[in-house]
Formats: sequence, structure tokens, C-alpha cells
Amino acid sequence: MPVTLVKSGALFAAMVVALLGMAFAADTPFAIHMGIMALAALLGALAVMAGADVTGKLKLDQGVYDDDPVRWGVIATTFWGVVGLFMGLFIASQLAWPVLNLDTEYTTFGRLRPLHTSAVIFAFGGNALIATSFYVVQRTCRARLAFPSLARFVFWGYQLFIVLAATGYVLGVTEAREYAEPEWYVDLWLTVVWVAYLAVFVATIVKRREPHIYVANWFYLSFIITVAMLHLVNNLSLPVSLVGSKSYSAFAGVQDALTQWWYGHNAVGFFLTAGFLAMMYYFVPKQAERPVYSYRLSIIHFWSLIFLYIWAGPHHLHYTSLPDWAQSLGMVFSVMLWMPSWGGMINGLMTLNGAWEKIRTDPIVRMMVLALAFYGMSTFEGPMMSIKSVNSLSHYTDWTIGHVHSGALGWNGMITFACLYYMTPRLWNRERLYSLRLINAHFWLATAGIVFYTASMWVAGITQGLMWREYGADGYLVNSFAETIAAIRPMFLLRAFGGLLYLAGALVFAWNIAMTIAGRIRQEKPMTETPYDAAADRPLPPANVPVGGVAQPAE
Amino acid sequence: MASNPETGGSADDGGGFSHRTLERNISLLGLFSLVAVAIGGIVEIAPLFWVDSTIEKVEGVRPYTPLELAGRNIYIREGCYTCHSQMVRPFKDEVERYGHYSLAAESMYDHPFQWGSKRTGPDLARVGGRYSDEWHIAHLKNPRDVVPESIMPPYAFLAEKPLKAGDMVAHLKAQRGVGVPYTDADVEKANADLVLQATADADATDLQARYPKAQARDFDGNPAMVSELDALIAYLQMLGTLVDFKAAEAQEQAR
Repeated sequence: MPVTLVKSGALFAAMVVALLGMAFAADTPFAIHMGIMALAALLGALAVMAGADVTGKLKLDQGVYDDDPVRWGVIATTFWGVVGLFMGLFIASQLAWPVLNLDTEYTTFGRLRPLHTSAVIFAFGGNALIATSFYVVQRTCRARLAFPSLARFVFWGYQLFIVLAATGYVLGVTEAREYAEPEWYVDLWLTVVWVAYLAVFVATIVKRREPHIYVANWFYLSFIITVAMLHLVNNLSLPVSLVGSKSYSAFAGVQDALTQWWYGHNAVGFFLTAGFLAMMYYFVPKQAERPVYSYRLSIIHFWSLIFLYIWAGPHHLHYTSLPDWAQSLGMVFSVMLWMPSWGGMINGLMTLNGAWEKIRTDPIVRMMVLALAFYGMSTFEGPMMSIKSVNSLSHYTDWTIGHVHSGALGWNGMITFACLYYMTPRLWNRERLYSLRLINAHFWLATAGIVFYTASMWVAGITQGLMWREYGADGYLVNSFAETIAAIRPMFLLRAFGGLLYLAGALVFAWNIAMTIAGRIRQEKPMTETPYDAAADRPLPPANVPVGGVAQPAE
Repeated sequence: MASNPETGGSADDGGGFSHRTLERNISLLGLFSLVAVAIGGIVEIAPLFWVDSTIEKVEGVRPYTPLELAGRNIYIREGCYTCHSQMVRPFKDEVERYGHYSLAAESMYDHPFQWGSKRTGPDLARVGGRYSDEWHIAHLKNPRDVVPESIMPPYAFLAEKPLKAGDMVAHLKAQRGVGVPYTDADVEKANADLVLQATADADATDLQARYPKAQARDFDGNPAMVSELDALIAYLQMLGTLVDFKAAEAQEQAR
């Protein structure tokens, strides 16, 4: 088949180019990365040759949805979620016990912290977004995924991006731009994957059999488009060498800072909010078996959310050398952003109108409601922290870390787990999940973990912020910096404990998903059954009659 | 389907623009989304490139020497920005703790900026000259030897690794490509400058003529080798030292 020939030939050519890059590399990390790329190209070529007619068969079978990439995505999300959360627990423990830096250059906090943030945001969150978007777009368009081989490329190409980014951090390859750390060649690779993703998504919508584009797809589309825009502009840089890993950002100082935080804040706004709201707009109505609360609200909050979010970046740069006018604009728009954010929360929560009892009876709905509650709380806390006078206290402290995690663990984490609980039995044709009771255990472990995490970080952040600015009666600063670290160490221990609980919940989740995929069903009492004891369901005998003296007919 | 927009009741069929048009046309929906998300960034970021008052004019800011740049690249590689800011805010307590608040001009040659977002450790914008080289050597080797409360990772390996910065000529050319005003002489002598600045008792007159206030000495206490520690300490010791704030005071522009 000539197409197969062309594809595998191109992949072999890519492998040769990567091997040449490896041979002439200017530095070791670049050589290692080119080696990984060559290996990936080789595996890709072999897969193309082995699966040549499989894709052909898939193309013909228009009667079922193309769910293979979604199934892989569920497994990848689960895997990377556990990895990312473990890395988080590990670096939290490093802050409490510095000996855990292990005295090697590859395991210091500075190198592992980007590994944690990228693993949870891009590996866990990104895989969840790609998998759910492929699931949702097919079902809301009543059409099979367009370009099946390209969709597979998107999945595997994205995994390659994750591996390159992760190994890069450990080897010290970084652009030092938060949440955009990968170097120039990894950025270029992600651009290729992202364009393919956009093509698959849009082409599937183009071939839809429904007249309307469902609201979830508006959010997915704006997420894909905006992330492309942010990624391209923020990663503009000039490589020192075409065979080396180092590059220098195109911008410097003030301009670089605002570009980065325009990117950074909207990585939150579009990756972690718009994309996850898309998940909410499909899976919450499906699980609750209720229509979305308000169509009008979804229009208003969609357009206002995406328009306002972009402006909020400067609130990361309050009281810095960024011009005041930009800081003020950022603050005003951040406060305004509160409203469309709550529009999304209200639309999600009120979808349960008429089905509120499901919070009690359905652990997946309960998890979704918790996610929306945390979304509401962190989108209130965020605008509050963007007010300059609040920010003067909270900035640079652990309050920010607490805020991020109430959103990430509470909103992104819980909505993702809930969606995966929903999809897994359907994707693998199982009667139900392995265990509903384990969802309950997961729910409480995660909730307790988040409470420990955010509460300890609030206390740590406000304590440290107040200690930094504390003046004595003599008019001098009271605390040295080192003393403020000693003061918040107990909070670091509590935070690590919260992280441990959340990770334990995620392990319960992974076990449940794995057993469901394996086709096992746990023998357990149904979640909603109230215990009934027939023997006790009768009036007490009169006092003068000996107990058991008169036999009561059993019901 | 979970929701049926047809019954939502908001779409207006009475002529004019209706949201339904967008819901039925993926190109229009994509285009409108792109326009909606492009506006904020353009309004906020673009003026920073042409409004003159964005970066106040101060004396003394110069590009990094090759050794300082190599040190800065180690600072970046090790993710120091994840715990240290380089941005002193204009508050009394910060100015008293760290020194004069940071000016935009001080990071005008920083590709990328390293202002940071979190102070797990203290701000480093003005750490230069605050501690001795010996203190930095001991502190980087094991931070708790000099600051018992510290939770910083140990960086003992820096002293043992010879500095392999790569071809500094290529680095300076790339820097020039993104707008840093290195002279031809700077670029030409980049590799020699790198070694010279880390050598004890070398003649640094030419280096200091091109890079005013550049400090040249053996930073890591090991004259036998130019190590990564040499470069990192050279960078740390110059942070915040370029602008003379007594002289700069009157030149700051009101924003």
C-alpha cells in the first residue's frame, strides 16, 4: 500500500535525521533527546508497517465510534496522574526534609519541581483533555473521528512530548519560563502535534451529523486555538545552535515577564479552565441525566470567560517593574473574571436541578459537585488575590501554592477522575465500574487531602507574609528570612500529609480503573441500600408477656 | 443529547445576528474565539515594546560577561527561579531587607527574565557583594552548614564539574540576535573572556573596559579548574551591583 510506504519512509527519514542530530549534538542532553526521537520514529515506522491495513479497516467501519485513542488516553491519564502526584509528594517532602534532595544533580527540588508541574498539568491534564475531547466530539457530533491515523499520531506524539519534557528537566534542559519550560525543539514538536490535534478536532466537527455544535465543543475549540496562540508567542526564542538544547528568549525583562505571565495565566485559563469546563458541559449532564441548566448562560459565560481571561496575566506581576497601567488593567479584569467563572459553576451545579438526591446516591455526581464547588472557591479566591493590596501580602508566599492546589486538586483533579469513572465502563463495555464503594473511599481521601493541603498553605503563606513585613517597636525588621522558614516548617509537614492522602486516593482510583479494564466486578453492597432487618421490624411485645413467648408471624 | 439548544429559548429568529449562526459554523466560531482571545494580549503587551517610559533610563546596566552568562545559564538549568525571586517590590520592608526596589532597566538584557514568582528562599536581585565568595562556596556545598534553618538543596557537584559552557561566541551571537548589544570585540573574545574572568591575578583591564564593574578572580577557591561553581558565583556576585543607586536616584522617571 503506497500510503503505508510513504508514511513509514518518512518516519525512517525522521529517524535518520534524529540520529544525525545525535551524532553532531553540541551537548549531551540534546544527544539523549535526539536518541529518544530516533527511537520513537523507528517504533512509529514499525507500527505503521504492522498496522497498515488496520487503519484501512477502521476507516470503513462507520457504525462505531473510533475510541482506541480515547482508551489509550484513559490509561495514559491514569498513569501520568499517579506519576505527577507522586512527584508532588516527593518535592513537598524535600521542602520538609532537605536530605531527600539525595545529593545528586538530577534529584534537586529545582529540577524536579517543573517535572511535577508539567506532569500534572500537561501529562495528566493534557491527556485527560485530549481523550475526553475525542470522546465528546464524536458523540456530540454523531460522527466518527476524522483522520484516524492523525488522531493516533496526536496521542503518541503528545506522549513523546511529555517524555522529552520530563527527561529534559531532570537533565537540566529548561527555558526557565514557568509551565513553558521545554526547550525550543520540544516546543516545535508540540506545535506539530497541536496542529494535528486541531485538524482532527475541527474536521470531526465539520463532518458532524448534528446541526448545532454543542457547547462543550466551543470550549474545547477555544482551548485548542488559544493554547496554540499562547504557545507560539511565548516560546519565541533563538537557539544557540541547531544541534544544541540551549536557546535564548526573543524577549527580555519587562516584555518577557508579561509575555510569560500572559501565557502562564492563560495556561490556567484555557488549559485548566476552558478545556475542563468542556468536560463539565458534557459529563455532568450525562451523569446526572439532566439537561444543562441554562443555554443562555452558557453563551454569555463562554464569550465573557474567554474574552476576559486573557487580560488577567499582569496580576502575577503586581508591584514589579511592570508599568502600573498594565498592573491595574490586569487587576480590574481579574476581578471581573469572577462573574463568568461563577457562571460556569452555576450552570454546572444547577444542572442537578431536580436530581439533587444523586449527590447522596451517586458517588460520581458527588465528585463532580465537589469539583464544581472547588472551581467556585478558587475562582473567588483568585480575583481576591489579584487585588493589589491583598497581593502585596500573598505574592511570593505559599498562599499562592495553596490557591493553585485548591483549583488543581479540587477542580481539575476531581472533574477528571469523575469523567474517567464515567467513561471507563463504557469504553471497555463493562457492566459497571469494578467498585462504586472505592469511588467513595477515593472521594473522602481526596477531600481530606485537599483540606490539609490548602489550609496548611493558607496558614504558611499568611504567616510568612506577615513575618516578612513585621516591624518591632524599635523600627527594625523583626524576623530574618531564615526564621520565617523555620516558622512554617510544621505547615510543610501538614501539606505533605495532605498530598499523601490525595495520592492515596489516586491510587485507589487507578486500582478501580485497572480492575474495571480487566473486566472484574467487586462483590459489594450496593451504595444506596439502607440496611433492613426484618426481625427488628415489629412492635415490642407487651411487658407481661415473656420474650419469645408468643411467636409473631414473620412478614 | 444532554442539552437541546433548540429549546433554550434565547436564539432570536427575528433577523439580525443570531448566536445560532456561530453554533452552526465552525469557521466562524473559531474565528470569533480567536479574535476574542487576541484582544487582551495585544492591548497589554504590544505597548510595552514602544512606550518609552516602560524602561526608565539608568546608568550602569550592561550585558553579562561570558562567565556571568554561563553562570546565569547554570542558575536557569538548576531551576533556581522556582524558589528565588529577582524582583524587589517597592515596600519599606523589602527595600530594607533586600535593597533598592528593582528597576525595569536592570533586567533589560535578561533573556529570559528571572523575576520569579515564589520566595521559598530570599530574593536574589541584589545579592551581589552581600556575602563573600567563601560564604557562597560553603553555602552552595551544603546550605545548612551556614544557615541551619535552610531547606535549600545542596549543590556540591558544581565545584567538581568543569565549566563546559559550550562555544561562548555562539552564545553571544545568539544573544545579539535577540537584541543584546554585544560589540564585535565582545563576541570575538568571548571564549577567552570566560576563562580570564575566573583566573586569579589575570589582567582584566580590557575585560573591565568592555564590561564595567566586572569582577575577575578565582571565585570557587580552586585555581586549578574553571568550574561551574566559578560561573555561578560570578553571576551571583554581580546581581544588582551594576546600577549605582545614589547616582540613579534623580534619574528615575515618574511613571
